[in-house]
Amino acid sequence: MHVTRTLPPELIRIVISVVVVVCFTFLNVLLLGYAERKISGRIMRRPGPMEVGPQGIFQLLVDGVKLVAKQFIVPSEAGTLFRIAPLLAFMPVGLSFIVIPFSNRLQVRDLDTGLVFMLAVMSLNTFAILVAGWTSNSKYSLFGAIRSVAQSVAYEIPMLLSLLSVVLTANTLSMRGIVLAQSPVWYVVVQPVAFLIYFVAGLAETNRAPFDLPEAESELTAGFHTEYSGMGFSMFFLAEYTNMFFVCSLGVVLFFGGWSGPQLPYMDYTGIIWFSLKVYFLLFIMIWIRWTFPRVRFDQLLNFCWMYLIPFSLVNLMLTAVVVKL
Amino acid sequence: MKEYFLLLFTGAKSLLTGMGVTLRQMFQPIVTVQYPRERIAITPNFRGHTELVRDQETGTHRCISCKICQMDCPSSCITVNSEKREGVKGLVLLSYRLDFTKCSLCGICVEVCPTSALGFSGEYELAGFESSEFRYDLLKVMEGRE
Amino acid sequence: MEANTGGKHSFVLNMGPQHPSTHGVLRVILEMDGEHILEPEPVIGYAHRIQEKMGESRSWPGFLPNTGRLDYLSALIYNHGYVALIERMTGTEVPLRAEYIRVITSELNRISSHLLWLGAFLLDLGAFTPIMYAFDDREQILDILEDITGARLTYCYFRVGGVFRDVDDKFVERTRAFIKRLRGRFKPIYSDLVTTNIIFIKRVKDIVNITPEMARRYGVTGPPLRSTGVCYDIRRNEPYSIYPELDFEIPVGTSGDCLETYLVRVNEMEQSLRIIEQALDRLPSGPFRLKVPRKLKLPQGDASFSVETARGELTYYMVSDGSDVPYRLKIRVPSFSNLSMLKELCRNMLLSDLIMALGTLDLVIPEIDR
Repeated sequence: MHVTRTLPPELIRIVISVVVVVCFTFLNVLLLGYAERKISGRIMRRPGPMEVGPQGIFQLLVDGVKLVAKQFIVPSEAGTLFRIAPLLAFMPVGLSFIVIPFSNRLQVRDLDTGLVFMLAVMSLNTFAILVAGWTSNSKYSLFGAIRSVAQSVAYEIPMLLSLLSVVLTANTLSMRGIVLAQSPVWYVVVQPVAFLIYFVAGLAETNRAPFDLPEAESELTAGFHTEYSGMGFSMFFLAEYTNMFFVCSLGVVLFFGGWSGPQLPYMDYTGIIWFSLKVYFLLFIMIWIRWTFPRVRFDQLLNFCWMYLIPFSLVNLMLTAVVVKL
Repeated sequence: MKEYFLLLFTGAKSLLTGMGVTLRQMFQPIVTVQYPRERIAITPNFRGHTELVRDQETGTHRCISCKICQMDCPSSCITVNSEKREGVKGLVLLSYRLDFTKCSLCGICVEVCPTSALGFSGEYELAGFESSEFRYDLLKVMEGRE
Repeated sequence: MEANTGGKHSFVLNMGPQHPSTHGVLRVILEMDGEHILEPEPVIGYAHRIQEKMGESRSWPGFLPNTGRLDYLSALIYNHGYVALIERMTGTEVPLRAEYIRVITSELNRISSHLLWLGAFLLDLGAFTPIMYAFDDREQILDILEDITGARLTYCYFRVGGVFRDVDDKFVERTRAFIKRLRGRFKPIYSDLVTTNIIFIKRVKDIVNITPEMARRYGVTGPPLRSTGVCYDIRRNEPYSIYPELDFEIPVGTSGDCLETYLVRVNEMEQSLRIIEQALDRLPSGPFRLKVPRKLKLPQGDASFSVETARGELTYYMVSDGSDVPYRLKIRVPSFSNLSMLKELCRNMLLSDLIMALGTLDLVIPEIDR
């Protein structure tokens, strides 16, 4: 007898959402990459990409095709995990989209400890960079990897502490709960110091300027991804932009009220428009900062974290605890 | 303790001023001239490779094949070929070869020419596929122009 | 290359000839312990082009383009040194108008060289925008100079006895407009974006420590020397051309670190603007070139001439045996002496700071290798 098994609807839902999330990630990278190049061009008073398509909107597509067509060169003495490191960089960050609430009803899974899941995913990024730098068997890559690991580990602490203050104010760890707890006023008004510390720590976590020592072109000739070409490089590239989006969307959910905003028709499903606008506003600030400031030297970077960010975030946390208790 | 906070505030203020500068620059017009769709006018004094100047009255070049330019060229990139024809006073120029791959644009040939037969052409769009494209025969180039 | 590491593990990192921040083909072999450099050793010679040998086989108009290509960023000043040397040897007079034109164009060239240095220095630091703003200003200078000299970078404009082409009113107008524009950009763009920026200051302050005694030992000249407090500038100490008649200051620093050298160069740009203004006001009329014979016989003997380029003191020394081609031409370039200081200067430094030190010395490798 032929036994047919029907697929549970939950499984279908998960498969569809995973596919949608991956597509969304790629689309986001396309848009963000284009935005970065255009904005950086404007800051430098030049036009940015202009050739491919009107005003260059297909530039990133063509870049992607070019990178895929290139040969993935593996150095002869590379370690065994050389080919896996790019995937390790991209995969956890892609996973994190599962818990981000894009609007009231658009969320793949609302975990009760969604925030902890997000932070755990962020720490996996360090691992991928270390593997990439180590297995490249090149001194420059090793330098980049070592710097990145120290930087990521150091800046996770102020990030955690500032997010803890938000958790204390909202009294829940789930992402949806935090957004709903921001109904009268957004947390950026209630906890401005925490937002600033979180933003700076987020810049450091994603290895963006002014903290981009691991990939400092002028010193280390591209740091930990020196030896990668073709698809490997494009995976790192994707991972960096997705990481940026991830940090900014976490910031929007925790400080800017997620999907809330002036009412639109079908607010339950179109909250994503407000969410995207806010995320892209934060991303614009990230891009703006990158193209303005020089790089911070490595020991000054760690100094800044330990001497300025951690004391301020600790004080903020204690004050929040006291005020919440009252 | 006081320097700690002072450094923090002056530092933050300087960062914000810097961001203000770039934001203001973002709304200024772009400086780039998008070649080749837009071109800027190059000054007529620009020195491109040398060329034989077409004399207004005779309608041809003024070279008398004295070969002073060939002797004086420090890079030895000029070769002048001429012959004596019957019934024609002076030498007739057959070919004037300029090897532009060696020319250093010093302008000695232009300055020492007794009849001012040479001038700078102002050509700046020089791109080719082979080096033989840059071994000019200036007589042919002049006849190729109108 | 053995160095005493005192029992620590050290490895050798090669900042090879191809590197984004060595500004040319310079190789630096670094013996490192972690991120600290135990000793750097620069290796030069990758861009050797036998310029001094060519100086022995070409007469003066033939060698003139070569002088422009020694240091392509301040080519006019290199031209000036060479033609002034020949004028000194043969006793040729230069008309006053030509001297003024020489000084104006040389100072414009100095400003353009400093602007490029500023952009490249900040690019090494990781700031990607100031180079674009600096190049925007530099484009204006290159357009002005292209109009009279005919070239944008490797000029060959001076001649023995004057300059090649006269300047006209359009040049004077454009230069005055440029001076006004650049003065208006110093504060809002360069000062606000770069000089007061705390990240920049922390990155650059107290990085290298050039002492006057160390500079004297290695023969360092130019802004690295002036940042230590020693006021030595050829334009004041061995004046040439019409510099004695112009009123300008020589910016001097105090402590000899990167920030002081940076400020010296930025102030030098401002002083160059002052020089150009005064020279434009006093520009006399008259001939711009005196005829000299094509084959100028150099009298037997030797002579030297020093000028102040954007990088330091440049000296041409010529030995002649009476013909029109020199017997020996020796060129003393400032970057060579400045680079020789690197080994002692950068002991026990971080790698990021070595990049800063190389940027401070403002090297142009083709002139080191000649």
